[in-house]
Amino acid sequence: MKYVDEYRNPHRIQHLVAQIGKTSDKPVKLMEVCGTHTVTIFRNGIKDLLPGHITLISGPGCPVCVTSIEGIDRAIALAQKNGIIIATFGDLLRVPGSQTSLLKQRSEGADIRVVYSAYDAFHLAQQYKDRQVVFLGIGFETTAPTIAAVIRHAEEARIDNFSVLSLHKLLPPALRALVQCPELQIDGFICPGHVSTIIGTKPYIPLAHEFGVPCVIAGFEPVDVLQAIAMLVRQIEHGKARVEIQYRRAVSSHGNSKARAMMEEVFEPCDSVWRGFGSLPGSGLKIASRYAAFDAERRFDVSALNGPEPPGCLCGEILRGLKQPPDCSLFRRVCTPESPVGACMVSSEGTCAAYYKYAT
Amino acid sequence: MCLGIPMQIREIDGNLAKAVLSGTTRLVYLDVLDEEARVGDYVIVHAGFAIHKIDEREARETLDLFKEAGFLSPDSETHTGHEVR
Repeated sequence: MKYVDEYRNPHRIQHLVAQIGKTSDKPVKLMEVCGTHTVTIFRNGIKDLLPGHITLISGPGCPVCVTSIEGIDRAIALAQKNGIIIATFGDLLRVPGSQTSLLKQRSEGADIRVVYSAYDAFHLAQQYKDRQVVFLGIGFETTAPTIAAVIRHAEEARIDNFSVLSLHKLLPPALRALVQCPELQIDGFICPGHVSTIIGTKPYIPLAHEFGVPCVIAGFEPVDVLQAIAMLVRQIEHGKARVEIQYRRAVSSHGNSKARAMMEEVFEPCDSVWRGFGSLPGSGLKIASRYAAFDAERRFDVSALNGPEPPGCLCGEILRGLKQPPDCSLFRRVCTPESPVGACMVSSEGTCAAYYKYAT
Repeated sequence: MCLGIPMQIREIDGNLAKAVLSGTTRLVYLDVLDEEARVGDYVIVHAGFAIHKIDEREARETLDLFKEAGFLSPDSETHTGHEVR
C-alpha cells in the first residue's frame, strides 16, 4: 500500500533505533498523546526496541476514554427516549455509563445504529422522516469538522429531524493541563498526526516556548513514530524545545483552515469535563446558537445523573500518564475487553485495551 | 478514533468521491478538504471524509532522509510490498 508499506520498512526501523541510541543516553519520558499512536507502539513492540533510558507513556488522546461518565449518561438518556434513533460510531457502544451502556440499552429495545460517518446519520434522518435521529458527536479536532459539515448540510437541506449531541473535545487544553502537572514531568510530546492535520502547529507553540516541552507531530506507522522519537531525543539532547512536524505528508504548519472555519462556524468552545482531568476551560465544543435547531441538548431534555467513576478504576490516572494499566487492581482480573469496567478497556485505542492485547 | 488512512481517488462527483485502498472502494466526502482533489490523488480519509491531500513531495523527502544517511540501498526499496495503483 502506498504511503503505508514504506513506513513499515524494517531497515528504516533498525536505522532509527540505532540513531536514537547514539543521539543521547539521557533518561527521557515521552508521552504519545494519541490512542492511535499507542496502538502502533504496542502492535510493533516499539517499547522493546527502544533503549532502556527512553520511557513512553500513553496520554489522553482517545475520545471515548476521556468522555465523562456524565456525557455517556446523557447519550444513554437520549437512547431511552421513545422514537429516537441514535446513530453513533461503534466504539461508544460498550462504554459503561453510571448505570448501563448503549449496548445494553440496544438489547433492551433502544434503536441504536452504528455508523461510519456523520453523513450516514444524516441519511438515516432522510430515510426515517417521522423519527428523530440523534448523532452522538464524539471526537477531537479531526472529527469535529466532519460533523460541522453535516450540520451545515442538514441546514441547507432543511432537515428537521436530525440533531447532534456534541461531546467533542479539544486536545491542546488537555496538553496544557499535563505540562502543569507536577507529578508527571514530561520531557517531550509525540503529538497527534490527524488532529494536527486540522490544527497545524500553532496550538503547540506555547507548550514548547512557555513550558519548554519539545513537541513533534508524528504519523502512525512504526517508522513515523520512531522518527518522531529520534527528533524529540535530538531536541532534548541539544537543549531545544520546538514544535516540529515528522508527518509532513499529512500535516502542514498552518493546518486545514477550511475545516477549522467550518468547525468554528458550527461550534463554539465551552468548558468540558474530561475523565481523569475534571473540568478544563475551553476544552469542549458546543453547538453555536446559529445552529441551535440541530443541538440535541436544546431539542430534548437530556438531564443525566452525575454518576461516580466505578470504584477501583484507575482510568483517570492512566489517562494523565500517572499510572500504568498493571497498577490497577481491576486490570485483567475484573476488567477485560469482554467485560470492561473503565472506558480505557473499551476502545481499541484505549491504553488498557492495548496493554491487554499486546503486552505480556 | 482519529484513525486516518491513505486512499486513492478514482472518481469524483460533486462533494463525493470514490476512493480505493487495497481493492476496497469507499465513498468519501470532500467537504472539508482545503485543496481541489483530482482523480489519482491520495487523500487521508477519516470518518468518511478526506481531510488532507497527501503531499507526494513531502512524503518522498521524509523517506529520502534515510538515503542521505546512506543507510538504504536502492534495492531495499523494492521489498516494501505492493502499491495500490
